[in-house]
Amino acid sequence: MAEKQKDMGFDAGVREYSEAGRYYYDPDYTPKETEVLAAFRVTPQEGVPWQEAAAAVAAESSSGTWTTVWSDLLTNQERYAGRTYKIEEIPGHPDQFMAYIAYPLDLFEEGSMANLMSSIVGNVFGFKALRALRLEDIRIPSVLLRTFQGPPHGIQVERDRLNKYGRPLLGATMKPKLGLSAKNYGRVVYEALAGGLDFTKDDENITSQPFMRWRDRCEFVMEGVHKAEAETGERKGHYLNVTGGDMEEMYARAELARDLGSRIIMVDYLTVGFTAFTSLSKWARENGILLHAHRALHAVLDRQPNHGIHWRVLAKWCRIVGADHVHNGTVVGKLEGDRQSTLGVAKLIRDDFVPADKSEGILFDQPWVSVPGMFPVASGGIHVWHIPELLHLFGDDSVLQFGGGTLGHPWGSRAGATANRVALEAAVKARNEGRDLMREGRDILMEAARFSPELKKALETWKDITFEFDTVDALNV
Amino acid sequence: MHTETFSYLPPFSDKEVQAQIDYIIKNNWIPGIEYTEQPGLDNSYWRFWKLPFFDAKTSAEVMEELKACRGENPGAYIKITGYDNIRQGQVLAFVASKPGK
Repeated sequence: MAEKQKDMGFDAGVREYSEAGRYYYDPDYTPKETEVLAAFRVTPQEGVPWQEAAAAVAAESSSGTWTTVWSDLLTNQERYAGRTYKIEEIPGHPDQFMAYIAYPLDLFEEGSMANLMSSIVGNVFGFKALRALRLEDIRIPSVLLRTFQGPPHGIQVERDRLNKYGRPLLGATMKPKLGLSAKNYGRVVYEALAGGLDFTKDDENITSQPFMRWRDRCEFVMEGVHKAEAETGERKGHYLNVTGGDMEEMYARAELARDLGSRIIMVDYLTVGFTAFTSLSKWARENGILLHAHRALHAVLDRQPNHGIHWRVLAKWCRIVGADHVHNGTVVGKLEGDRQSTLGVAKLIRDDFVPADKSEGILFDQPWVSVPGMFPVASGGIHVWHIPELLHLFGDDSVLQFGGGTLGHPWGSRAGATANRVALEAAVKARNEGRDLMREGRDILMEAARFSPELKKALETWKDITFEFDTVDALNV
Repeated sequence: MHTETFSYLPPFSDKEVQAQIDYIIKNNWIPGIEYTEQPGLDNSYWRFWKLPFFDAKTSAEVMEELKACRGENPGAYIKITGYDNIRQGQVLAFVASKPGK
């Protein structure tokens, strides 16, 4: 029977993925402008040749499977095959290599991040011939990018809506993370906003637990926000976390926040899943509400240096689908994040064209074709002494969040907020006057402390805190 | 009451205001002046003092306009703005003068 089929032109059985004529490995191929490009760090099993491993990744993430099938002959393989067009050694890691793969546009549905992920980071990650696999970077072609919405508003529109120009925005996560009653929680929000913050924030794991149900939190928090706005004359927001168990509940929560006059809501964009995130992003644009994205879960996906998905890819996907803020590293705080890599991601989050730059781990040019930028949020273990360096690193278009660094002030969160606001404005003023933030940061803060007792106290409180551990996911490409 | 950027610092002297205008001009942004007697929460559009100064080469020119605006409107809050026509929006704005100054 098999012989008979062979006679009919079908060569049944298992063939090498890299075999000539199967397209999956083609070092002479020049990728098209319309193609999705991906760079994978591949760690093959011992004895598997690099070309074969690379071709297997391309095949399994596009049109191929482990054996040939007769129906292959009913289609044009050349049109649907992912192609490894380049293989690179990785200095210092002889067991790994970088495979560059081009995927034809037709493999992807318009506006569906779920579809893109199921292809590119789908089954292939469990492929037995590989010991590990990591998606290091991805280039989304303009024709596919513009089928997505992008950030609901973007940086400049957010500034216009909030009337805040020429400085980073200032926030704080409310603490303790869990266990405050709604009324006490609203008090913490009010104090911090009235003291000078632009934003306060729900923690990622606050939703609608028994100790503080959604409606109660929403109502008390918004009373606090409105009171702080009236007292200060400044527009403010609390990121009300609408993350919920199903989409209908998330919409209901977002609608209540809108109806009570909130300017911004928040979502845990990875744990709710990209489809729910996409729906909420569209809701946010339709309703004129800013959207803050928290990245809980990211370290599960991005922290292993040889397996998973690099943070820069998850951040790009966040911008494509669309949030107005996304958490990025701090470089200086308590949470993991390689310095150059974090600064590279800040560009991917904000700039309209980001050139490839290996020193920042960016392997492809990425044109954003006018998709708006997002504010990168620096949060986690940062305090007032870090402000000059954070301003130097991230510039004006960033959100700096000091949770413990606001609420931990010995005189309370109102004083903590004022201390941070004074320090931030003093640093911006000094930078604009031409002073060097890295060299003179300490002097700038000490000078400002002369007229701000709140800042003086904060500087004394946190003078000895550092977080100096080695980065696990250090940049190496 | 506060008025956004730099409103948590002591009021700026004219020299300090001028340094910020220098920064606007150095970045190739367009300086402008706006003023109002009612800087409320929902007031996005303060009155223009003339048009943004598209041809301003020095901060001294803008300071002259600020002084003229202040002279004619002693009861006003006066804001210095910087427009970036590439970004298509304001990139710096701060109150340089308050009533009675």
